[in-house]
This record gives sequence, C-alpha cells and structure tokens, in this order.
Amino acid sequence: MSVINVEHLEKRYGSFTAVSDVSFRVEEGEIFGILGPNGAGKTTTVESLQGLRSIEGGRVSVLGFDPVTHAGDIRRLIGSQLQESALPDRMKVWEAVDLFGSMRDTGPDWNDLLADWDLAEKQDARFGSLSGGQQQRLFVALALANDPRLVFLDEMTTGLDPASRRVAWELIRRIRDRGTTVVLVTHFMDEAENLCDRLVVVDSGAVIAEGTPQGLIDEYGGGVRVRFTNGGEDLGWLRDVPNVTDVHRDRDRYEVRGDGPVLAYVAAALVENGIAPVDLRQERATLEDVFLTLTGEDE
Amino acid sequence: MRLLAKMSWLEMKLFLREPLTVLFALALPLLVLFVMGGVFGNTAEEGFYRGIGAMSYYVPAYIALVTASVGLISLPVHIAGNRELGVLKRYHASSMPAWIVVGASVITTFIVSLVSASILVVAAMFAHDVNAPDSWLIVAAAFAVSALMFAAIGVLLGAVLPNARAAQALGVLLWFVLLMLGGAGPPPEVLTGAMDFVGQITPLRHAVRAVQDGWLGLDAGLSWAIVGLIFTSATAAALRFFRWE
Repeated sequence: MSVINVEHLEKRYGSFTAVSDVSFRVEEGEIFGILGPNGAGKTTTVESLQGLRSIEGGRVSVLGFDPVTHAGDIRRLIGSQLQESALPDRMKVWEAVDLFGSMRDTGPDWNDLLADWDLAEKQDARFGSLSGGQQQRLFVALALANDPRLVFLDEMTTGLDPASRRVAWELIRRIRDRGTTVVLVTHFMDEAENLCDRLVVVDSGAVIAEGTPQGLIDEYGGGVRVRFTNGGEDLGWLRDVPNVTDVHRDRDRYEVRGDGPVLAYVAAALVENGIAPVDLRQERATLEDVFLTLTGEDE
Repeated sequence: MRLLAKMSWLEMKLFLREPLTVLFALALPLLVLFVMGGVFGNTAEEGFYRGIGAMSYYVPAYIALVTASVGLISLPVHIAGNRELGVLKRYHASSMPAWIVVGASVITTFIVSLVSASILVVAAMFAHDVNAPDSWLIVAAAFAVSALMFAAIGVLLGAVLPNARAAQALGVLLWFVLLMLGGAGPPPEVLTGAMDFVGQITPLRHAVRAVQDGWLGLDAGLSWAIVGLIFTSATAAALRFFRWE
C-alpha cells in the first residue's frame, strides 16, 4: 500500500503558482527524496502533504487520509522537521523533547532520543544557545518523539558540518530500518544519491523526473566520461575514436564523452599516438549531472 | 488536560527566565503605587476619587491595571513573537491543539497577574493603611473576570498583529491610553467631555469599577456586564483570527 499518493497537486499563493503539477507515490518503508533547486516548490509540496497548506487542485492521500479534511489525523501519525520553524530561545532541550513526546501516549523515552541524536550532554542547554547543527538534530529528534509511521525531513542537513551530515545520514537510515517511511527534501545531490531509495526531481513546480538514483543516472547521466590532462597539440581527432560522442577541452584538461567501452578505445588511441597520460580515468556520472541536465543549468 | 498542565508549567518557566518581563510585570505596579501614594497620600476629599482617599481609590484600580498591562503587552508580544519565529508553526506541525497553546499562555498570564496584584495589595496595606475590601470574594471575582477579559483581548492582538515589535508598540500605546483615561491615572472626575467619553468606552474603566465597587461594597452591576461582554466578543474574535503562521 502506498503511504503517500499525490496526483497532479497544484498550489497557488495569490497569482503565484508554487506547485503546478506534482505527482508521485511513496511506498511503505522507503526513503523517498524530493530533489530540486531552491524555489522549485519542494517545501510547498511537503507542507501540503502535512495539512499545513490549502491546495488548489489535484488529489492527495497521506496514510489513507486527505490532508485538507483530515489534517489532524495525519499530523498525529507523522513526524516533521520543518524549515523556518523554531522553539523559544529559553526552552531547554529536555523540556522540548518531553513536551513533544507527551502529545502521544506511546513513543520513545526522551533520554534515548537525546542519546540517539547526540544531544544527551545538551539536555539542560537552552534552545537559543545551541549551534545550527544541534538545533537541526533536536528538530529531527522532535520529529521522532511521537513514534511516527512517516517522517518528513525538510533540508535537515543544511547548516551541518560534513562530519555531522554523515552521522545524520546514518541516523536517517536507522529511522528507515525500524520501519518508518522517510520523505527527504533536499537540494544536496550527494545526500539524495546516498540515501534515497527512489526520488523525484522537481523544478518550477512540476516533477521532471522520477526513479531510483542509479536509474536516473543511467537515463540522464550523459553516458561515460573519460578525463585526462595533456599539454601540447589539440587532440580533436579523438572524436573519430569508436564510441566517442564528444570531446571537451579546457586548456590542458580533456573530457571525452561516450558510451560503452569508450575508456579502452581512448586509451589505445592515445598510446598509439605516443601519449600516455598518468591521470587517465573514467568518471561515473552522479545525480548532480542528472540534475544539471534536467534543470538545464548546465549551460 | 495533562498536556495543558505541562504546557502551562513550561510557559511559566519560560516567563521566569525573562528577567526584564518579570520585572515589568511585578515591579511596575509597585513603582506606580509608591510614587502615586507618595504624591497623593490617602486622605479622603470630597469631589475627588469618589470621596475616598486616593490610595483607597487607586489600589483597586491598580489591580485592574495589572491585568491590563500583562494582558495587553506581555501576552500579545509572546504570541506574535512565537508566530514570527516559527514556534507556533513548529507546534502546529506536531498536532499541538491551538487551545493548549493559547490556554497555557492565558493561564500563565492569569497567574502572573494574580501574583502581581497580590504583592500590590499587601504592599498597599502595609505602606498606606488602605482599608481591607468590603468583600474579598467579589474583589477576587472582579479580578478574575478582568484578567480573563484582558487575556482575551491580548490573544486577539497577538493573533492579528504580524510580529512582536508591532505587538509591543500597540500594546504599550493602548496601555497608556487606558492608564490615562480608564480610571487608573487621573481621577475620572477631572476628565473633560471627550476624554471622559473615551474613558467610558475603555475596557479598563469597567474593570476598575468592578474591582473598586467590590472593594468599597458598592454595586457595579453594569460594569460587570460590560466586562463580560468584552470578554465574550474578544474571545470569539480571537478564536476566529488565530493563525499559526
């Protein structure tokens, strides 16, 4: 059964259309990504799913409920980490976790939650004294305080240092592994590629691609790239090598695009011409390449 | 109810962690009391202060004033500020009911008013030899309805004003108008026509009357009705206009 089913969601703010046509399904137990540039409509979409926004068109169902008419039922069953929200500066960490946990009878003990999110030492600290990363971790802990079936994490690693991001990724996997479905909103490609089981790419209020990270890379990644550096004469003749589709040169740096065993053919052709670059390598396309291709921000 | 109790206790602790707000709520009435008491004393004079001593007049009036200052300034600043910061949005997304959020703020406001008014009464009795009220019960009831009335107005202001700065500015302005014309500043007898008219339609004038008449053993039936009416309409409007973000 789908946990979330969105069909042709549309949301306007006055004359501004934030979301024009968004459709996707989220299955139980997966980490589902919503990826897109700033202003693409990601946050509007997830806030609509949580019953925080009215919607102008389309059909939405979350855990079997309509977010417009049954927002309360949905909010009791989900956890959410919102962008642009806060707690009173003088509220202490343990007080926040205790308060949010007490909105439901069951749920994890707040000591365990704080330990999970590396906040145990900060339990008596005031919200206002926490670093950006600590505040983010607290919000995620709060999102889990009611033992939800589904959690929305909106740009949760923004403001975290690289080490904390890796820790957060591990914790998101742990959330999924205990059976909670995760909807992850992000503009970090590596995050989506590492974490998401499936994702949609949203741009200008509409879904422009959907699939697994690897599926999208295979489809839109632009084939194989071979890179090396070489000074001297121009190597434009590489275009004639089998399986090569394109050659880009930036000073002494070359990027050869192609498909299939292009690396082998390029290597052979170079050696045949007495060139043996030490840094010849094939690069795997990433979700970032897919994203740049899809959103047309490559040029 | 358990959640309301928890939220109220938390709000109370948050309030106590704001030293300036605490000072404002508890010390300002005392300051006004001692200054005015020092200036006017408590000797009864015909034609002013309803013919009783100034302090016998002002102490019940200040009880009502305390409920106005906490309700018109602290409460709206708190609510509008929490909306501005995204605290209300945070609560909303976690399915915290609105009545818990508002209820806890109102309860905190009520307790702060009660403590502040009690300190005021005790200080006045020691310092100025003010007579004990005719009926503690009626004074307590009048205090309670004026505290609820100003809390309802405060929630309404907090609901419609965009941010803490606006709430602070408008709250202080309203509080001053009420102080001057509502019967807690110059005696109503010295206010001229227009001022007296404005005074008559301020909520504070009727809150002052309700407390004062209970203190002096007079019948303030009409003022009670007006306070009740304002409480009801402000509550209805606050419920109608309350916004999470």
